Amino acid sequence: MTAQSQEKLVVTGLRAAVDGQEILKGVNLEIGRGEIHALMGPNGSGKSTLGYCIMGHPSYEVTAGSIELVAADGTRHDLLAMEPDQRARAGIFLAFQRPMSIPGVRLADFLRHAVTNVRNPDRKEGQELMPMRDFRSELKAKMADLSIDTEFARRYVNDGFSGGEMKRAEILQLAMLRPKFAILDETDSGLDADAVRLASQSIAQIGGAEMGILIITHHEQLLEHNIPLRTHVMLGGRIVESGGPELAAELHKKGYERIRAAYPDAAAAEESMQESNDNKVPLKTQAVLA
Amino acid sequence: MATGFQSSSLASNTATSTLAATTGGSIGEINKYDFRTDSPAVFKARRGLDATIVEQISEMKQEPAWMRDFRLKSLEIFNSKPMPHWGGDIAIDFQDIFYYLKPTEQQGKTWEEVPDAIKKTFDRLGIPEAERKFLSGVKAQFESEVVYGSLAEDLAKQGVIFTDTDTAVREHPDLLREYFGRIISPTDNKFAALNSAVWSGGSFIYVPKGVKIEFPLQAYFRINAESMGQFERTLIIVDEGAQVHYVEGCTAPMYSTESLHSAVVEIVVKKHGRCRYTTIQNWANNIYNLVTKRAMAYEGATMEWIDGNLGSRLTMKYPAVYMMEPGARGEILSIAFASAGQHQDAGAKLVHAAPNTSGRIVSKSISKNGGRASYRGLVRVEPGAKKSRSSVVCDALILDDRSRSDTYPYIEIEEQDVSIGHEASVSKIGEEQLFYLTSRGLSEAEASTMIVSGFIEPLVKELPMEYAVEMNRLIELQMEGSVG
Repeated sequence: MTAQSQEKLVVTGLRAAVDGQEILKGVNLEIGRGEIHALMGPNGSGKSTLGYCIMGHPSYEVTAGSIELVAADGTRHDLLAMEPDQRARAGIFLAFQRPMSIPGVRLADFLRHAVTNVRNPDRKEGQELMPMRDFRSELKAKMADLSIDTEFARRYVNDGFSGGEMKRAEILQLAMLRPKFAILDETDSGLDADAVRLASQSIAQIGGAEMGILIITHHEQLLEHNIPLRTHVMLGGRIVESGGPELAAELHKKGYERIRAAYPDAAAAEESMQESNDNKVPLKTQAVLA
Repeated sequence: MATGFQSSSLASNTATSTLAATTGGSIGEINKYDFRTDSPAVFKARRGLDATIVEQISEMKQEPAWMRDFRLKSLEIFNSKPMPHWGGDIAIDFQDIFYYLKPTEQQGKTWEEVPDAIKKTFDRLGIPEAERKFLSGVKAQFESEVVYGSLAEDLAKQGVIFTDTDTAVREHPDLLREYFGRIISPTDNKFAALNSAVWSGGSFIYVPKGVKIEFPLQAYFRINAESMGQFERTLIIVDEGAQVHYVEGCTAPMYSTESLHSAVVEIVVKKHGRCRYTTIQNWANNIYNLVTKRAMAYEGATMEWIDGNLGSRLTMKYPAVYMMEPGARGEILSIAFASAGQHQDAGAKLVHAAPNTSGRIVSKSISKNGGRASYRGLVRVEPGAKKSRSSVVCDALILDDRSRSDTYPYIEIEEQDVSIGHEASVSKIGEEQLFYLTSRGLSEAEASTMIVSGFIEPLVKELPMEYAVEMNRLIELQMEGSVG
């Protein structure tokens, strides 16, 4: 290996299954800290699955390949050997497409625990949390930056939140946890145009040279303020093509017909995955939507 | 046939708890309640129960004849009643228990007057500190007797009485006799009869007309000796327009043999009065906690029970509110946490005996590591109690496949024009919730604890801050080692 000066998140040959059905069929991806990558692809192509696998969702079984954090000096850390909380402490973050509600738990209390653990990866349970005063002032500042009302922090985590509020809560967590690598899974879905613009600006504000970001999206707007260094297209459980920002624009305008035609194997894989999954939108409808 | 509340007189309540307003101290210190102090008793009745023991207790207390007779009659009732055939398994050898243990010659008015070994116990439980910070008065009971008592001077001047029940028998006999054993008769249930026969200690409170006590009065019940039965007897009289919040906590160290805690708590809330009674019991897991608690609420009066059950081997406790006159309100919030080897059979009773009365029961139970939490509740509407309204919500959270939750709701309505609602839910901690929290850096144990804390949050937020903090600490203690 050549000498590295940049920390990287490296996914190699990743295969993963859920309920015995293989979803990822050999994914390769490399993201450096400070880089923005976009991941696009039709519904059911495996984008969210990739996010879950990187974060360590217990329902997804990784059957082959690796996910590693590569330090600036070249040291490799095997994420697959870590529990989700260890991955978070190692600097990985996943903004959920559909975050879970935790009734009775205030967003601020939850975040104080999370921030404490992520910033002191060796903290043992029961040890002191981050001082309340410091936490509060930081939270308040971040909420002001993101134009979020402070009342928000007193609400129960995602409980009764609108779609937009949930996404804003995810962005707030991203801002507070300051991960090395963030995967944003359709942080724009369910939002109106103004809300997407706001989310896009917020992400641009939080990111920067310290954060590598993988933006999973169907749309272009989220990328408006977050121009991707690379755009990747996923089809049938593989990344079949990568390009610059112009690729995102093309897919947004023209859909995935060219991609499907160019990669018939992946398209066939997609079709068979769709067939065994009744919940997904039918392929034809998708093409129309794209 | 339903077991349980079919008789008009059932009732049992537990009153154990921990109260403790403790501050400081990290969660790491494992069960801080499980310690014993070496404090020799000044008198200990022999093991077992018979008329001689009952007479001896009465004699030690130099009681009037009426009380001695009340005790002896209650003993007969106890002996004649069968064990309850519902609820939990009660494997108690009544002859193997010490029924009376006098820890000290006299009650202290200051902590300095309390024997060192006993004082040390309460220091460790944080009681004197809590007293200084936010309480209007404190009673501390060690084994059978109240060893320390205090009441804020301004309250005493306004005519508030806060004493132990033994003292009340001597000093306020007329007031006491008007209600003692009238709200919960010795014939009510076997354990009420037992308590009536051998009772000792407990609190007697009188709040005069219009007096509103701002800070809580607190009693702390501690069993220290092995095979000790604790049978405190509490009577609270809230006069017209008066207001009080009474808090009790209960703990004991862990011994190899079972102990029994069987209290009776009687409360009267007169016209437009208000009483809140908060219990946080954290008995050791070998204590049978079989308690009867009942309040009568009169015109426009409000009675609230907040009942937290974390410890004990078996708790059977169903705090009751009898709404006797129009406009009375009863509210019961119940939290039960059952872990390995524990059965919490907890619940509530609301009896609408007059028109325009309203009640609410909210029950939250958690079971883990093979524990069993049952909700058992009764809502009864008497004929003529028109326009009565009651709602019951019970939610159960089961943390693993070995644990169990049951719901036994009894509803008896003998009036048409009423509104009664009942909702129940059972849930498990979801993998998705755990993943969401752990993906943010929380360990699985922290995440579970957080979900459980959130589950009971609607009730915990009703507690004064100090107790809410304590409750959350206790939940964290209970959750330790529950994962992995």
